[in-house]
Amino acid sequence: MTLLTTVFAAIICTIIWYKTAPKSEMKVGTLCLMYWGASLMWLVDAIFEYAELQAEYFTPAPADMLNDFFLGLSVVALGLIIWLGILLIKDPKGVVKRTLFKTE
Amino acid sequence: MACFLVSATEAVLVTVVKKAIESKEKAPEEIQVKFEGNTLEKGTKIRFTEKLKWLGNMLWGGSALLAFEHVWHGEVVPWFPFLTAASDPADAAEMLHEMSTVGVSMAVLVTGVWGIMVWVSSVMEKNAQKPMKA
Repeated sequence: MTLLTTVFAAIICTIIWYKTAPKSEMKVGTLCLMYWGASLMWLVDAIFEYAELQAEYFTPAPADMLNDFFLGLSVVALGLIIWLGILLIKDPKGVVKRTLFKTE
Repeated sequence: MACFLVSATEAVLVTVVKKAIESKEKAPEEIQVKFEGNTLEKGTKIRFTEKLKWLGNMLWGGSALLAFEHVWHGEVVPWFPFLTAASDPADAAEMLHEMSTVGVSMAVLVTGVWGIMVWVSSVMEKNAQKPMKA
């Protein structure tokens, strides 16, 4: 469920990136790569878990599924927070700089 | 248990290599790019350090989000030795085994996917470009 949530986040971000590219004013590309990186890593985790559990892997307990989904949403939120931090620090549109120095 | 540490280590190495190459890298070559309908536009090739940044972002992002998952499951704690498995020798051995299997596979897959991205972008660059005549 965590893998699925992250993959969906990565797909949505990639679509947004494609719509706004080649301009990268919002640094969506960074967010895409973060989610894709995490998705690939969880894919490996899932493969190893599948090798261990076999078919049982696809029938998780509802409580585990809910916990994993909750974790997935939290991961997506954390990714967004990291991206927001990068966006505000790098400030590609100069918004923060203009606000701080009140340029006319 | 601590599989994300392998990718995090690779992320550090990639960042260091990127910084080292960046200072020596030449200015990007100016080229003409063919678009739909045979229109030509001036452009510059993507630098190798820019491509390394893709790998860095995937590794850093993935490691950070996986580290959070480990905190969620109580495998990483904010006090020494930070990894709960490290306090017990049997668990530590299991952790090292997981790092050498799952962790290394994660790093290899991410690097492999990046390699494919670099290869595809190089092919696209070659197909789209037409060298500028002086």
